[in-house]
Parts: sequence; structure tokens; C-alpha cells
Amino acid sequence: MTSSPAAAAPTPKAKRPLIELRDIEKYYGDYYALRKITTDIREGEFFSLLGPSGCGKTTLLRCIAGFEELSGGNLLIDGKDMEGVSANHRPTNMVFQSYAIFPHLTVEENVGFGLRREKATKEDKARRVAEALEMVGLKGYGKRAAHALSGGQRQRVALARALILKPKVLLLDEPLSALDKKMREQMQSELRKLQRQVGITFILVTHDQEEALIMSDRIAVMFDGVIAQLDSPERLYRRPVSRKVAEFIGIMNFLPATVTGTEGGQIQLEVAGLGAIAIDAEQCPGAVKTGEASVGFRPETMTVLFEGDPEPTRGKIAGGEVEEVVYFGDMSYYDVKLDGVEKPVQISMRNVVGRPVLGRGARIRIAWEAGALVLFC
Amino acid sequence: MKSKGNGFRIYAILYLGFLYAPIVLLPIFAFNNSTVISFPLVGFTTQWFQALVTDTSLLLAVRHSLIVAVSVSILATTFGVFAARATTRYKFPGKGGLMGMIMLPLVLPDIIIAVALLGAITNILGMKLSLITVIFGHTLIATPFTIAILNSAFQSLDRSLEEAAYDLGETKISTFRLIILPLVMPGIISAMLIAFTISLDEYIIAAFLSGTEATLPVYIFSQFRFPQRVPVIMALGTILVCLSIVLLTVAEYFRRRGIAKAGGKSSGGFL
Amino acid sequence: MTKRKFLGSEAANGLLMLSPTAIYSIVVMAAPLIAVLLFSFMTPGYLKVIWTPTLDNYAKVLSDPIYQVLLGRSLVMAATVTAVTVLTAFPIAYFISFIVSPEKKSLWLFLITIPFWTSYLIRVFLWKVILGYNGVINEAFMGLGIIHQPMTFLLYNMNSVVLTLAHSYAPFAILPIFVALEKIDRSLLEAGQDLGESRIMTFIRVTLPLAMSGVVASVLIVFIPTVGDYVTPTLVGGSSGQMIANVIQLQYFKLGNYPVGSAVSIAAMGVVTVISVIFVFANRRFMRGPQ
Ligand SMILES: Nc1ncnc2c1ncn2[C@@H]1O[C@H](COP(=O)(O)OP(=O)(O)OP(=O)(O)O)[C@@H](O)[C@H]1O
Ligand SMILES: [Mg+2]
Repeated sequence: MTSSPAAAAPTPKAKRPLIELRDIEKYYGDYYALRKITTDIREGEFFSLLGPSGCGKTTLLRCIAGFEELSGGNLLIDGKDMEGVSANHRPTNMVFQSYAIFPHLTVEENVGFGLRREKATKEDKARRVAEALEMVGLKGYGKRAAHALSGGQRQRVALARALILKPKVLLLDEPLSALDKKMREQMQSELRKLQRQVGITFILVTHDQEEALIMSDRIAVMFDGVIAQLDSPERLYRRPVSRKVAEFIGIMNFLPATVTGTEGGQIQLEVAGLGAIAIDAEQCPGAVKTGEASVGFRPETMTVLFEGDPEPTRGKIAGGEVEEVVYFGDMSYYDVKLDGVEKPVQISMRNVVGRPVLGRGARIRIAWEAGALVLFC
Repeated sequence: MKSKGNGFRIYAILYLGFLYAPIVLLPIFAFNNSTVISFPLVGFTTQWFQALVTDTSLLLAVRHSLIVAVSVSILATTFGVFAARATTRYKFPGKGGLMGMIMLPLVLPDIIIAVALLGAITNILGMKLSLITVIFGHTLIATPFTIAILNSAFQSLDRSLEEAAYDLGETKISTFRLIILPLVMPGIISAMLIAFTISLDEYIIAAFLSGTEATLPVYIFSQFRFPQRVPVIMALGTILVCLSIVLLTVAEYFRRRGIAKAGGKSSGGFL
Repeated sequence: MTKRKFLGSEAANGLLMLSPTAIYSIVVMAAPLIAVLLFSFMTPGYLKVIWTPTLDNYAKVLSDPIYQVLLGRSLVMAATVTAVTVLTAFPIAYFISFIVSPEKKSLWLFLITIPFWTSYLIRVFLWKVILGYNGVINEAFMGLGIIHQPMTFLLYNMNSVVLTLAHSYAPFAILPIFVALEKIDRSLLEAGQDLGESRIMTFIRVTLPLAMSGVVASVLIVFIPTVGDYVTPTLVGGSSGQMIANVIQLQYFKLGNYPVGSAVSIAAMGVVTVISVIFVFANRRFMRGPQ
């Protein structure tokens, strides 16, 4: 791996863009797979590309790795334009979805594969292989035949093989999708820990929104070859910029609304079922315009008031009727018809001792806060 | 399964009997102490095998056939590797047409290939007929078979394996040497053995193109005219059949090992 | 829209990779075939071609009834061989695909292909031994007292040619059908029966149409080469063993008359191609889907 002198430059670590994407375009024949993507990926961050199948996540990752040639735009890694630099000369390494463990080699030979070209003593290389194996929790597995490993072990070998070269960026294409649920959850936290430990920038491709939320510092949500939103997991969840992003990440309820006016950092709305309210301009991540709009809220931001619950000190009360209830053990999900709204909304409540699960048809009162609403114009 | 399956099973066993009938007779007559190839058997002898070793024109034909078969196995497999790699790895215009042309000898009657080559070689190139011209013809007909075998070897190769090696700093060429070649090696061995077997057995093209340098099948055909020579041919045939079976078993072993090695599964045979 | 260079592109790499094999095939097969076409329009000279264009060769081929008789006989022989081979092969392919357990399939395929790889000439010769006047079958039947005179209809006629060729081409007929049968989604058959069809009707309405692409491939892969075979008919066909390929062989090899030999070859290939195309066209509704 070549290391450019810029690595030693005294820029503040967390802010420095390591990968700069400038109007990246990719055509497959006539198919426009990446549509002028511009964004920065910072040094040392855990960055995720999240989106539905076919939106171009893998394509973007492979463009960064150098497996696909750009049809337009520029890609800079560490300040250096990557045009004409082929995959074997880029400071990136990849963990493949299928892991791509070389079946005719042992675990050790797999992990040490990239060291072949380095001028180091045999002992030195063996030590580095052993360290890498230890780092991924495969100490003592070196002599095993690679084809005799389990899915989780292959994944670790693939990680060790890529990390041993100390790349500036580690690219991971759905690395956990081939694992069963339990193994996947375990690897999610291990990967996150590993990333903090080595401090290398990770770019993870996934179509699993939960996985992205759990692991990432920042998430880019992609649809049809463009990045729809790039934000921290929390902002992405709380302040999605469009209904499409909101629906892709978790569950969001929508109520028809009308924007009646804006003044002094406040937006005046008329919301079906909730009445006239004013919200912060910050609660509309997209552009604001008067007229027809919709308002969204997450199921957990509204609270069903039970008999004997103290009256809420903040927020407002709305009335409704339980149309359906789904009992989930720790949670109950209520489909509630708010008074004056046709379509039911979903409200989730944690089940706690002594609180009954309401049945269908029950009249209920619901506490809500204007701060939980998101406006989409 | 039950009764329905049994009907088919009986039929299949009879069919196998039909397929193997000539091969089973071969050693019987090879060891029969009579110049006439018919029943009843007369007695046991190994003289026909002994006669093989002293027959100089036969030994020469064997030599010719081996030269041709070894060359063909190398050439056809090399061409097969290029074609299989190209079809399994790349998309390009005209692929279907070109592959159709390359695979055409599978259905083209051998005699057509033989006359076409004969005409072109003698009348256009002005070359003399020799083992080299036989090698040209045999390479042509063996290549589709090597492609078929190598295709399955290359197909079971996960593309991301190459990309991984490339990503880890290898060049395209060293990736081929370190990753692809070892993984398709069983397929290559298997393809070479099949090409060898095809060439060793081919008669029509060899008859047209060998000139004065007769190959084994050409020699065998010429011997059918002399009834007293037939038992020797039976002995020769016995040896050839044993050789073919050994080669095929080895080829099949390597083909399957190759597929298993690359992590695939297969129930197909040759072709 | 895309302004990518061709060199270094996937298409260029693919073509480059295929080029050695493709060029070999063009030089050693396509060019000689074109030469044959050219020869057929040239004037014959012994062992060489006189480069004066003429249509005489075709005139000769079309007017002399011997060519029509032989071509007709070759086609009938090939058609019979094809019918017998494919019809007897189908149950075997069906058996291996549907009845043999998956782990034994390879073994069966291996068993079926082995005889194919053993010396072709010797195999043909052995059929002579089996079917001949003093052959295995006659000796056995006379030994059992079933017959008193050796049967003469076994060898040196069309029967023996068909039998021997059916033997030679068995794996070529079985494998394509087997491959087509293997591709059939087993749940389709269950669906067929679920919809109230009997086993036999399910076979006719579901299995057979889906297997037809394999059958068509088998037919072509047996029919086309057998039209051009002359070794088997010469060895076991007796007086009826003269085929169109014998004439080609005679013209080229013995008489050294390349132009007439070429005209016969081109005419024969033309007829075979037309028949094959008609056959594929007649079965086109089965050929949909990937092939
Ligand atoms: N080599 C290729 N040739 C042509 N089209 C391609 C190629 N690779 C990808 N595409 C197309 O580009 C689009 C984006 O593909 P990509 O693999 O990047 O999707 P993805 O977001 O990774 O989806 P998934 O979650 O299914 O992996 C898809 O519509 C796909 O069909
Ligand atoms: Mg993908």
C-alpha cells in the first residue's frame, strides 16, 4: 500500500475528508446507475450506504474500490485523484459479500495473501498474520483449510486479510447478509468495536436499516443512483428529509396537513386529527411552502393514556379509537383511528406491569407533542 | 418409485448391456487361440499380445498417434482455456456467433472437415500431408469438448475471488497464476485427457490428412482387410479400451475435484 | 451519452481473450469450408483445381442419378438412425433424471459415456463379429436350437448400420435430453398432477414439451454427423453400405477430383442444413427460453 505524505499533515482528524466524491456518474450501457453523486467521507468514520435493492450501493462501492470505471466525475482518496489508478494500487481493501476466501489456501495463506509483494522477512510476515488472526478472534486457526470454515469464520478471515494491509479505507459489501440472525447481531457489535480499535475508515453497504443505524457514524440513504440524505443515524431517524426516506427507515405515520403560514422561525399548520399548531422551522428538513403537505411522526412519539395515568404536563391530547392491536411481548402496537382522520395510525407502547393491553374498539386518549412532528411539503 | 421405476431400471440395464456388448467381447477374442473371430472359443493364448510388440508398422503407428494426441491435447486445451475464460468472464458483441462457429465441429460431419482441410492444404497452402496436418484437424474437433469441460470449471469460479486477489495488490497476470490457474487446474487436466482420447481414436480426418504417416486408427482400418491380422487388433483394442477407461476415470476424478474445490456441485458428465 | 473507449473495455478484453480460439477456428475451419465452396465452382484437374469458373460440377451432381440415390439413401439411413437412437435414448435420460437418486446420477452418466470413448473402429468391427454369419448371435441361437440356419438379415444391410450407429451415438442422444429434463422444475410436475392430470397426461402435457428442446438438440447432433458417416456403412452395410460420404471420399481421395467432390459436399450440406432448419422451425414453439 502506498501512503501519501498527506497522511502526516496536521489537519484535525475527525473533520478531514478522506474520500471526496465529485459528481460521480456510472452508466452500464444505457442504464444510469449513479447520477452525479457528490459527498465527502471523513477519516476514521464508520460510513454506511443504505438503500433498497438495485439503488446502486454496490456500484458506488466498487467505483471506490476501482473495480468499476467511472463514466463521469472525480474520485479523490486522501487528496489524490484515483483516475487511472487500478484496484490493486488503491489504498482501499474490500470484504466481499461472498467473502471470496481462496478455497485452495489455508487460513494463514489467505490472511497473508496481500503481504506477498512486501519486502519483509518471513518471520515478520508470520507475526503480522498471527496478529491479524488474533485481532479477529481466530487465534490458532491459521493452519486450517479455508474451505472448512463456517460462515462467521470466513467473514473473520476476510476481515483479517483486508485489514492486515492497513488500508486507508475498508470497503464492506453486505458482509453480514450471509450470516444467520444471531451471528449477524454478534458480528455487528464486533465490527463496530474493531473499527474503533483500528481507526480505519469503514464504508459499509447494507440494505438493512437497523444494521446501518446500529453501526454507523453517518449513513447515506440512496435511491435510484442518488443520495437522498446523508446524516447521523439519529438525525436520519428523527428528521428524514422526505417521505421516501422516512418510510425506508423505521415506521412513520403520516397525517394530511395544510401549511397556512410561516413567520419568525415558526410554521403554522392545520393537521387532520391534531388541529391547528405551530412547529419549529427546523422540523421541516426539506423546503417549506404553503399549501397541501403532510406531517409525520414515529409510533413511539405518541402515548396512549391509560386509566389512572397522570395527566401529561407537556403536550396535547387527541382522541381516537383502537382499530387493531398486535401484542409483541415487550411491546404492543395499536392501530388507532384518530378522530376526524380516515387512515389509522400506528402507536407503539411498551408493556409494563399493571398496564392492561387495550382491546379493539376501545375509546382512548392520546398524548402528543408538536416537537415530535416532521413536516414534508 | 416402485413398479414404475423398476420397468425403467430393467430397460436401463438392458441398454447398458447393448452399450457394453462389443467391449465385453474384445478381451474374449484377444485371448482366444484362433485366427477366426467367432464362437466357439478354442483356447487361451497370449500370442496376439506378443505379436503386437514385434509389429514394427504398428509400433510406428502408435508413435505417430502419441505425437498427434499429445500435441492435440496441449493445443486444444490451450484454445479451450482462452474460449472458456472469454465466455464465462466477459460480455461482448458477437460472442454467440463466434462461439457457435467454434463449437460447430460438434455437429459438422467429420468427412466435411476432412475434405475441406485436405482441399485447402494441398491446393491453397501447398503443404505436404503429415502428422502436422492431422494435428490441425484433430485440434479443431477436440476444442469444443475441452471448452465444454473448461466452461464448467471456469463457471464454478466465483468472480469475487479474482477481484479479491486484485484488490490485495496482485496484478491481473499474477492473479491468474495464483488464483485462477490452481482452481481450474483439475478442469485443465481433465480437458487434456479428453482431447488426447478423442485424437487417439479419430479415424476419418486422420485417414484424409495423415499422408504416409499412418496413425493407429488408420493402421487398424487397413488391417481389417487381412483376416489373419484381426486377433492382433483385438489384443490392441483390449489395451486401448483399458487405457481409455483409465484416462476417463482420471479425467472424471479431476473434473469433479475441480468443481468441488471451487465450492460447486455437479451431477453432469462430459460433453 | 457514454463516451468510453473501446480499448481496455470489457468487450475488447473479451474479444481479445477469445481471439486465439476464434482465429484458429476461422483459419482451420471457416476458411477451408469457403475454399470447398470455391472449389465446387472450378474446373477439375487430377489432384488439383484449375481456377476456371464453371457450373459443370453442379450440373453433373444434379443430373447423374447416382448422387440423388446415394444422398437419398444417406438421408433415409440417418433419419432412421436418428429416430431409433433418440427414441431408445429418451427412456434412459428420463430414468437417470427422474428415477436414479441424485448421488448416483454421475455414475450412470459415466457408465453411459465410457463405451463412447473406446476405439470407434474396433467397436464397429465387433458388431460385425456379433451380427455376422458365424457371429455371436447366430452361434448362440443355433446352440440353443432356436434356429437351424444362421440368420442373414443381421449383417450387411440397413439393420446392422442402424444398430451400429445407434450404439455409436447413444451418449450424444442421451445427454441433451437428460440436461433438458434436469432443468424441469419438479414442482411443475406436482402442479400438473395437482391440477387433476394423471401421471401419463402430466408427462405428455408438461414433461414432454419441456424436454423437447433437448430432444431437438439430440436429433440434430445425431442426424447431421450420421449423414456424413461412411466408415460404419462400409464396414457393416454390405452392398447397401454405399453412402453419399463414400462418393465424397472417392472423389477426393481416390479420384483426386476436388471440384466434383466439393460440389457433392456442398449439395449434401445444403440439403442437410435445409432439413435441419425445417426441423428446428417445426419445433420452434418448444425452443423458447434459455438455450
Ligand atoms: N455489470 C452490470 N451491468 C449492467 N447493469 C448492472 C451491472 N451491475 C449492476 N447493474 C445495475 O445497476 C443497478 C445498481 O446495481 P447495484 O449492484 O449497485 O445495486 P445494489 O444497490 O448493490 O443492490 P443490492 O442490494 O441488490 O445489492 C442495478 O439496477 C443493476 O441491475
Ligand atoms: Mg449490492
